Amino acid sequence: MSLETILFILFAAVGSISAVLMITRRSAVISALFLILNFAALAGLYLLLNAQFIAVVQVIVYAGAIMVLFLFVIMLLRPENERKFLRANPKVKIFALAIAGIIFIQLGYLIFFSHPSGNPSGTVAASIKAGTIEEIGRQLFTNYILPFEAAGFLLLAATIGALILAKKKFE
Amino acid sequence: MQVPIEYYLILSAFMFIVGVAGVLTRRNAIVVFMSVELMLNSANLTMVAFASFMGSAVGQLFVFFVMTVAAAEAAVGLAIIIAMFRNKLTVNIDEISILKW
Repeated sequence: MSLETILFILFAAVGSISAVLMITRRSAVISALFLILNFAALAGLYLLLNAQFIAVVQVIVYAGAIMVLFLFVIMLLRPENERKFLRANPKVKIFALAIAGIIFIQLGYLIFFSHPSGNPSGTVAASIKAGTIEEIGRQLFTNYILPFEAAGFLLLAATIGALILAKKKFE
Repeated sequence: MQVPIEYYLILSAFMFIVGVAGVLTRRNAIVVFMSVELMLNSANLTMVAFASFMGSAVGQLFVFFVMTVAAAEAAVGLAIIIAMFRNKLTVNIDEISILKW
């Protein structure tokens, strides 16, 4: 087994186990911490896929900024009685698991019967080059300049919207 | 790259269905929101895997834009949750039902 396979198994195990623990723990804070662990495992997987820039952004933006926002809101709001949440109908759980199972079977069918690895793939060198900040920055400021500006505008709108929503009381 | 792309896709599908199950079963609005983030991340993993195996930067650009939208969505969504909490003093999505008929 190569080092890459071992690292993939390690990160995949951490990622899937932390995802499952995230939706099964009762406390919202513990859920958020498991989600951060999941994001860290995903950053490792991105590094395995030669996407260095995305891996760094994953840690900074997701595990850093977004999850700090989540933890801040969780601790700002009163910790509620979580048992009340879990008193939910067991039928809902069975329904949710059935839906999830059906989706997984569909996706698995698609993945295994379309043979994505049978397609001609790029070389490892091309993949390493594609993941660098240089290449992504070049694409971002030439071919994708309009979406980039739109993303900046979206962030501005979201900042103002969040400020107004969180400041004013609902009528 | 010795790990076939199917493994990444199956892992991504698994994380996606965990997010679906979280959205459907959990009653805490913040945890529901975190499950949505999990689903966004599984889609990101798919895009990075395809981009990497094709040797193209475009998939990673899309991941960049998805992250931007996720950040905006998290800020606005959490502001809505705070406003709802001020109004109803709860984050239980069964009790926040004024938009249901």
